[in-house]
Amino acid sequence: MNGVHDMGGQQGFGPVLLEEAEPLFHADWESRAMAMTVAMGASGQWNIDLSRSARESLPPAVYLSSTYYEIWIRGLEKLLLERSMVTQAELDAGQLITPPVKVNKVLTRDTVDAALKAGSPTERPIAQAALFKVGQKVRALNMHPQGHTRLPRYVRGHVGTIVSLHGGHVLPDQHTLRALPPFNVAVEWLYTVVFDSTTLWGANSDPTVEVTVDAWESYLEAAA
Amino acid sequence: MSGHSHDHDHQHDHDHSTLSEMDVRVRALETLLTQKGYIDPAAIDRIIETYETEIGPHNGAQVVAKAWAEPDFKAWLLQDATAAIASLGFTGRQGEHMVAVENTAEQHNMVVCTLCSCYPWTVLGLPPVWYKSAAYRSRTVLEPRKVLADFGVALPQSTRIRVWDSTAEVRYLVLPKRPTGTENLSQTELAALVTRDAMIGTALL
Repeated sequence: MNGVHDMGGQQGFGPVLLEEAEPLFHADWESRAMAMTVAMGASGQWNIDLSRSARESLPPAVYLSSTYYEIWIRGLEKLLLERSMVTQAELDAGQLITPPVKVNKVLTRDTVDAALKAGSPTERPIAQAALFKVGQKVRALNMHPQGHTRLPRYVRGHVGTIVSLHGGHVLPDQHTLRALPPFNVAVEWLYTVVFDSTTLWGANSDPTVEVTVDAWESYLEAAA
Repeated sequence: MSGHSHDHDHQHDHDHSTLSEMDVRVRALETLLTQKGYIDPAAIDRIIETYETEIGPHNGAQVVAKAWAEPDFKAWLLQDATAAIASLGFTGRQGEHMVAVENTAEQHNMVVCTLCSCYPWTVLGLPPVWYKSAAYRSRTVLEPRKVLADFGVALPQSTRIRVWDSTAEVRYLVLPKRPTGTENLSQTELAALVTRDAMIGTALL
């Protein structure tokens, strides 16, 4: 969806503000928010694309006025509510009112390290040959899906060049189609595509700049 | 880094009037998820401890120092960063698929995630606030030299800039240029020179 999260090229946000000796967390709740999000991700009740989709479909004004971990918490609450894993009354009370639903996995102190070390690779075997090769010109589609996508708006409709192939990866646009496991998995070739700054931003932009995005095959078409 | 570990068992001893709205909201959520059996607070503690003490830019600095010191490792890193970095024990969440990009006199590399906050956790830990900010996410692909100026970095016009927008599950590590005069340093000494921002591409060494 064309959400406010798709920030590339937006203007008006001011300078990048740096903080001397920035702490890892600015409040205890931030560390709990980060870790709860990671731990609940391990429950298997959603996937990374569903969690991104939950955050980026927050109301635009909420998204823009929330700090990063606030967005994570609002996203987490939304994922839990959507799956009836908690109710709004329970969130308000901070207490269990209805019994839990069954989840695939609960991380314990003893299983955290292995889970973090393993991560969640998205590369999958892919039988079909790649449509594009390194050096080939491709156009990013001018597409505006209602649902989740990882093709940023600022490259859509523009021609770039394939830099590299990354094998088959799970397509986010389809991975969000089913809310609960088993998730909808479609595997496509993933490419890095480079665009000239002047192609993206016009003749007055800096000609010494290039921008790459990682794009799944169905985001691209061959360009003459 | 804060070495402070939040003691979730003592929440009712606090004066609630001093707690922020988010503090209250997150405590309520943690209590609820614990009662539901969805999370184990000891696992939450362990995740925080891991990112506070074990996984951070010192990991990436080791990778960079080894690449500077060992040409074979550097070649491997640039050809298959996932495997080369895994050989040092750095694998897992938000570093499943790694690519290393080398800064040279001709090309400077910068990493951004315009859509969210994708960042190579295995080698750099959790991202700083500025990396997740709207200003950095919006401007880096449009005007990277002006963004670099915010960091006090000025590159010659003869150095091209390539901005890597992390839009998939590939995570990027910038291999900074090795500072001159460091030929006799050990890998440990070299690693101490490597900063987080240099591995994102917003600082030079």
